[in-house]
Amino acid sequence: MAKLKLALYWAASCGGCEIAQLLIGDRILKLAEAADIVFWPVAIDAKYKDVEAMEDNSIDVCLFNGAIRNSEQEHMARMLRAKSKVMIAYGACACRGGIPGLGNLHNRQQIFDTVYRDTASTEKNGNIFPQPSYKAPEGELEIPVFYDTVSTLNQVVDVEYYIPGCPPEEKTTWLALEALIQGKLPPRGTVISHNVKAVCDDCSRKRDIKKIKKIHRTYEFIPEPEICLLEQGLLCVGVATRGGCGALCPQVSMPCTGCYGPVEGVIDQGAHFLSAVASVIDSKDEEEIRTILSDVRDPVGTCYRYSLPDSLVRRASIK
Amino acid sequence: MSFEPKIVAFLCNWCSYAGADLAGVSRYKCAPNVMSIRLMCSGGLEPSFVLKAFKEGADGVLVCGCNLGDCHYTDGNYKTLMRMTLLKKLTEQLGIEEPRVRLQWVCASCAEDFTNAVNRITEDVRALGPYKKEKVEVESGKNT
Ligand code: SF4
Ligand code: SF4
Ligand code: FES
Repeated sequence: MAKLKLALYWAASCGGCEIAQLLIGDRILKLAEAADIVFWPVAIDAKYKDVEAMEDNSIDVCLFNGAIRNSEQEHMARMLRAKSKVMIAYGACACRGGIPGLGNLHNRQQIFDTVYRDTASTEKNGNIFPQPSYKAPEGELEIPVFYDTVSTLNQVVDVEYYIPGCPPEEKTTWLALEALIQGKLPPRGTVISHNVKAVCDDCSRKRDIKKIKKIHRTYEFIPEPEICLLEQGLLCVGVATRGGCGALCPQVSMPCTGCYGPVEGVIDQGAHFLSAVASVIDSKDEEEIRTILSDVRDPVGTCYRYSLPDSLVRRASIK
Repeated sequence: MSFEPKIVAFLCNWCSYAGADLAGVSRYKCAPNVMSIRLMCSGGLEPSFVLKAFKEGADGVLVCGCNLGDCHYTDGNYKTLMRMTLLKKLTEQLGIEEPRVRLQWVCASCAEDFTNAVNRITEDVRALGPYKKEKVEVESGKNT
């Protein structure tokens, strides 16, 4: 069998996905037996123009991590899509927007104001903001256009598969790569993970009554080791998150923050979690309910930590 | 052309829908801006329905259930109260102004409460103007 041609790319991401890909360890040799890597900015010296020169559909699989936040990322997503037979969204940012997706609580101007003007360490020498093009004495310079709205990969191009996680667990990555090497990819559209049910399904903590009077933050106390964190008043998003990671966070007493995305069949992860939280409150008194819920300080950041661009309203409207 | 708010109202079958019906039969003057959707119980209202309404172009959402204590399914509307309390915090953080999302208990004979709620949200939203989202640069029509 001819060797597969593989491309890997990063867009609006943190670099953690590359680390996660390397976590497969010496199995990378198995991968190298089956596939040639034709493009991988973090590791090999192929340039954009080399990709441009490739024929359409000449890459077998592209693993694309990161969300789409600027024009360069959009351009690369479209180009790699055209050159690749199979496009895989790798990691929470490509799948759902991820942490960069929380930028959708603001717009470009607000972000620029903070970064280039209002931060204490910025020199106050006028309003100097990045311009997409600039005439320097040496010639015209161009930098990518920063968008108001962060998008997921599949809001920009067609995507065949999704590998969830921030970053994906090594076993999740390998599940996908092994299927790829053996030519046994699942049906199009599959989110590749060991579990289609919620993180709770992998979690060994005991669930029982789920009635709480107070919502806590993690630093406030050490949770009891065997009881469900949500029942102890910690906002564990495991109930609304696809399993497959092995419930890593609740195992070490940290509430799940939802990085594997919504469970199968759910469109809006945040709304799903919000319902779950509402159903564990133990009160029939309007005032008390308000008081208990006032401890949810950052509803968007809690419910949509990794999925705001993928949510129903997609972004905040700014006055 | 002047702005006519589009309001989506979710009404529970047992009290609110009957109350709304009574408002009609009694010929109360009710703003014609509301499209109502009947649920068996307000407790069946998934928060995603409200978000979906905004996504699909609603300018405001009204949710009505039986008075607390009177839910046909005993405590469905307590669930509604908790969900809506949290949801309103979330929608405000998403820039959906507070008056655009309204929870109102309407009993089967409370035609007046229903009329007032409809008129109030319509006027509040009219004053706010249309709910509009910010620019999304890459629009492919996918994932909708
Ligand atoms: S809510 Fe969190 S702690 Fe509780 S069972 Fe689910 S994953 Fe475990
Ligand atoms: S427990 Fe939740 S946040 Fe932690 S790795 Fe698993 S899915 Fe991600
Ligand atoms: S039946 Fe009216 S709120 Fe439950």
